[in-house]
Amino acid sequence: MKKITVSGLKYRYPLTEELALKGLSFEIEKGEFIGIIGQNLSGKSTLCQALMGLVPHFYKGGYGGSVWVDGLEVGKAEIHEIAQKVGLVFQNPFTQVSGSKMTVFEELAFGLENLGVAREDMAPRIEHAMELLGIGRFRDRNPFDLSGGQMQRMAIASVIAMEPEIIVLDEPTSQLDPQGAEDVFQAIEALSRRGMTVIMAEHKIEKIARYSDRVLLLHQGEMVAFDTPQQVFSRDDLERYGVVPPVFAQVCKGMGIRNPATGLYPMTLDEACDQVVNWHE
Amino acid sequence: MNKIEIRKLRFHYSAGEEILSDISLDFDARSTAIIGQNGAGKTTFVKLLKGLLQPVSGDVLIDGINTRDMTVAGLARHVGLVFQNPNDQIFKNKVLDEVMFGPSNIGQSPDEARASALAALQMVGLADKQAENPYDLSLSERKLISIASIVAMHTDIIIFDEPTIAQDHAGKERIKAIIRELAKQGKLVLTIIHDMDFVAETFERTLVFAEGKVLLDGPTREVYGLPGILKQSHLEPPHITQLYNRIGCQGAVLTVEEFIAARRAGTGRPPVSA
Repeated sequence: MKKITVSGLKYRYPLTEELALKGLSFEIEKGEFIGIIGQNLSGKSTLCQALMGLVPHFYKGGYGGSVWVDGLEVGKAEIHEIAQKVGLVFQNPFTQVSGSKMTVFEELAFGLENLGVAREDMAPRIEHAMELLGIGRFRDRNPFDLSGGQMQRMAIASVIAMEPEIIVLDEPTSQLDPQGAEDVFQAIEALSRRGMTVIMAEHKIEKIARYSDRVLLLHQGEMVAFDTPQQVFSRDDLERYGVVPPVFAQVCKGMGIRNPATGLYPMTLDEACDQVVNWHE
Repeated sequence: MNKIEIRKLRFHYSAGEEILSDISLDFDARSTAIIGQNGAGKTTFVKLLKGLLQPVSGDVLIDGINTRDMTVAGLARHVGLVFQNPNDQIFKNKVLDEVMFGPSNIGQSPDEARASALAALQMVGLADKQAENPYDLSLSERKLISIASIVAMHTDIIIFDEPTIAQDHAGKERIKAIIRELAKQGKLVLTIIHDMDFVAETFERTLVFAEGKVLLDGPTREVYGLPGILKQSHLEPPHITQLYNRIGCQGAVLTVEEFIAARRAGTGRPPVSA
């Protein structure tokens, strides 16, 4: 069964004239890792919010078409129903923090309390999420005394503790150092392998090429492409949409190297390495 | 002349938990990136340069002036800081007013402040947006406003905190061009940043902070040629350098063009360039 089905989704923010989303239609399978890319204002964040219902329930505005997640119609369901299926990690962790909790541990409990999780079930879920994101040593720290990178890890852990079937992340590693970002991508990939559906808006194109099963390219509220990273990043018209292919694909394109089996440019470090080593002009 | 001199700088928030330990270094006019693991002390270091914090021991000299001898307001004439998130910096409801606020506060006359603000907006490419409300503009544009607000203050030193966060490709290219222009004008541009590819393409000098110390300091190419030490510091070389190293070449290439040129030349060495 399809985990997410979006049909003709249109959305306009209040007090604006132009549609932010102009009729998107696509389907996502359970356990897929989907990367959403596009230049700023292309609709990435709006789409993330439409998948978990902040669009339209919180922002209001004009809405058309439908979004179904796991048998629930987002536009008509209550936000508390949607929240049991879909978790959203905000772009800016500072705006996600509840502000009502004094420690990191309690902040992770906030979502679980609202879901009505039994007290004895909370602690193991919180411990697991803290361990996954490497923030166990900050458990007693006030959330607002964390650095940007630590707060971002906490924001992700808060949503993972809720064990949503679908997790939507909006640039989740922007404040992390390179290895920290890599750790988070690996943790999220592991969740996806275990069946969690992952949707991530991201500018880190090399990471998207490496980790996502399919890439959804947005431009001015419209879907330009929804295909494998190899297909999307081998397009000749990416520049028009303000997107550059991964560095590894740029090298291969510059050297005229395509994957002999597919005719597409290599996208990842491993793939590019194999092809470049064997290259003879 | 050195624009900043740091002498045996030590700092902690609470005794026994040293954040910066015994840092001594100089900054000339070369554009410089500060990279390092989360929690390495980068932001604390920058706050010491702005006088927002005072050293526990040691000295920070800005344009020859000890930060102990000058107020934060006085230092603001010498050092400008562009916030990571423009929404935390911008508070006026008209772009021109926002950009005039800084220069007006450090003693420029209304006419001077206006001229400075217009020139700064011109430089970041927002001259036609001066009458708009910053919050009617995009995040990328607000980032540029936050930069213009500091540029208009004509400080000799400009610090950026994570300038590429939430920026798309076009936004990053614009910021890169602005940093290069400021460096060309002889200003010291210092940047805290996690985007290794952007550092490779933009900054002459790179410092690696780790556990309150400066672990590496040198031309960006040299620093990125030491993958072992970068890994210890939770960093990694730029993607292009990673590929270069993976195919068995030592050292660093910093751009796709350099990589291709090196492969075409059939050498393991990067081409010599400035």
